[in-house]
Amino acid sequence: MKLTFTPEEIAFRDEIRAFIEENYPQNLKCVGDREDLTKEDYLSWHRILGAKGWSTPAWPVEYGGPGWNATQKYIFGEELARAETVPVLPFGVNMVAPVIYTFGTPEQKARFLPKIQKGEEWWCQGYSEPGAGSDLAGLSTKAVREGDYYIVNGQKTWTTLAQHADWGFFLVRTDSNCKPQEGISFLLIDMKTPGVEVRPIITMDGAHEVNEVWLTDVKVPVANRVFEENKGWTCAKFLLAHERTGIAQVARSKVGIGRLKKLANETIADGQPLTKDRDFSRKLSELEIDLRALEVTELRVLANEQKGKGPGAESSILKINGSVIQQRITELFLEAVGPYGAPNPRTYKAEGANYAIGPQGAPMAALNYFNVRKTSIYGGSNEIQRNIIAKLVLGL
Amino acid sequence: MDFDFTDEQKMLRDGLSRLIAQKYTFEDRQRTVTSKPGWRPDLWSEFAEMGLMMAPLPEEMGGLDGDAIDSMIIMEEFGKGLVIEPYLQSVVCAGSLIKNAGSEAQKSEYGEKIASGESIFAVGLYEAEGRFDPSYVATAAKKNGNDYVLNGQKAVVLGGPMATSFVISARTSGANPDENGISLFVVEKGQEGLTAQDYTTVDGLRASELFLEGVVVTEAAVLGAIGGGFAHIELMRDEAIAALCAEAVGLMSVANAQTIEYAKTRKQFGVPISTFQVLQHAMVNMLIALEEAKSMALLAAIECAGGDAKLRAKACAAAKVKIGQSARIVGQNAIQIHGGMGMTNELAISHYFKRLTMIDAQFGNVDYHLRRYADMD
Repeated sequence: MKLTFTPEEIAFRDEIRAFIEENYPQNLKCVGDREDLTKEDYLSWHRILGAKGWSTPAWPVEYGGPGWNATQKYIFGEELARAETVPVLPFGVNMVAPVIYTFGTPEQKARFLPKIQKGEEWWCQGYSEPGAGSDLAGLSTKAVREGDYYIVNGQKTWTTLAQHADWGFFLVRTDSNCKPQEGISFLLIDMKTPGVEVRPIITMDGAHEVNEVWLTDVKVPVANRVFEENKGWTCAKFLLAHERTGIAQVARSKVGIGRLKKLANETIADGQPLTKDRDFSRKLSELEIDLRALEVTELRVLANEQKGKGPGAESSILKINGSVIQQRITELFLEAVGPYGAPNPRTYKAEGANYAIGPQGAPMAALNYFNVRKTSIYGGSNEIQRNIIAKLVLGL
Repeated sequence: MDFDFTDEQKMLRDGLSRLIAQKYTFEDRQRTVTSKPGWRPDLWSEFAEMGLMMAPLPEEMGGLDGDAIDSMIIMEEFGKGLVIEPYLQSVVCAGSLIKNAGSEAQKSEYGEKIASGESIFAVGLYEAEGRFDPSYVATAAKKNGNDYVLNGQKAVVLGGPMATSFVISARTSGANPDENGISLFVVEKGQEGLTAQDYTTVDGLRASELFLEGVVVTEAAVLGAIGGGFAHIELMRDEAIAALCAEAVGLMSVANAQTIEYAKTRKQFGVPISTFQVLQHAMVNMLIALEEAKSMALLAAIECAGGDAKLRAKACAAAKVKIGQSARIVGQNAIQIHGGMGMTNELAISHYFKRLTMIDAQFGNVDYHLRRYADMD
């Protein structure tokens, strides 16, 4: 029983660290302070990693993965977070790609995987609908077969960064006369197809991160269906389990706590740094302890994975605690900046102000707190995650 | 024991409620928030015509001799309607300082202008380094002949952009954080040496960072005794807290109602989500939080109107703590139960959540007032 890394693993870590140090684009440093990243911001780092063969750490070697074990993947994720890099977006690499290499045809693998690996095509996820959120299987977007095509009609929502997407993976209903889960198919749709319309949703923090995707008589080749017709739910469940493992965001939260400590050290309250304030430091310590508990729990899940036990329902624990910790970090951040949580940088920056109101770290505090309310809602709400644990772990 | 309003108070509440329902819909409010001025001067005049500004002010200020109960009624309705006009700053805060510190002449001059709605006052009492502590005043006022010369900065002055006048605290003697040596000055918008960075807040209000560089204030614009401003600020803070708690109660009552309504109509798995026990319990917790907040807002207003300084301070510190905690429970659950829809800017619920969140940092947060309360015994 040990928690330390072997010398080989430390050498691996140093190699990753040095690569990031040498190759991470200068103009993308300190993105944590930046409000909105462009498509090019995301893709430029993805392409650098792709060229090195590191953009797809979880993929099998035969499809372009680096062949890392679970510990190496973990170290890699830690190092990216530690350097506060732009994230490699999960929709292509971690979501649709595993579905394609697990369930896809040789043609689909050849067509899509290399472009995902290199960061040449941007993917979005067409799952949720206005009437199908927690109850995903209740989706009603319809695909009707006409010769070699499906004609798709319906509406998807909460589609993250679809405004940049080249392709989307969609769950659609191909049979309505059966149990809801049994009539769903998994389609890959070119976002440039006539009839696909992306409409922005502005969230309460003023960001354009999510969208509605409207589909009107969209012609999709049958060749772009992954796995069998009406067996899409199998792909969906497989993908959701993958989505949940990364969702704990332990490494990013560690960085968040580091930033919070720095800010609290520089913030004077009652004539001393806020970190010396017993009430504040107690909350900060509680948060750190909870994050440590989550981290070790994640390592245990990882160790199991290394032994070949895939992530099961326990990944729901990671999702619940990981999301709540992200929320608590931003909440404490907002508390730390006190009255300076109020100014909205989006408004005064839009009017051309070349200054920031309040101390460094303050301008985005409230907007970040508002934004991460989503973490306990998305990816299967925390209520749904508890239902999963109750059913699959406790057998209730 | 009597928790009932007088007939006049009920009329005030119902009249204001009707006005807001007719002319201050959520869509109106959102248009105003994003408009250049960021407030509605026409509605401000209507508020004045209704007597809202006069309601809590004493007769010698042109008021109706009301008290914190009247402010509570008004602020609760403002909370329900997400009203952004600077009533709290001008009428409750500046009104309190002028009422308690002002000379007869000042009460009459400034009071009439506030009561008629002709002037809007904002108060600059906090500074960046002082965080929640109004006894931290680095802004200095130096005597020069019969005048005072002010130099310094004031942080997050709500209502600053639309204000016509400011009450500013400045140190005339002593060192931070001495409570003695703080004085109050009336500074007019446009006075030489006064500049501002104006901005919109994340909850749709307007505020300013104020910069005072050699602002000259005559003796006639000094509020109260030189060096004796802190007691007035403390009293004002409690009255502002009582009013703010009432606003929070208004916000929470609408947030709860909207959440229950949403849960009853939103269907998943073939049934309204309100039938899920886990969500039912969350909504029950929201109700309990609201009822506690209501009780404490009432207590704060009653003690502000009552006049016993110790009881008042204790009630207001306690109320601010409870309001902060309740607002968090109500706000966070309201968004969670609304799900993705709660995250959007389009629905009113996210704006109730944002305002509820930001109230905590106004006039001191939960930790600040918990400590203040603990230090009172």
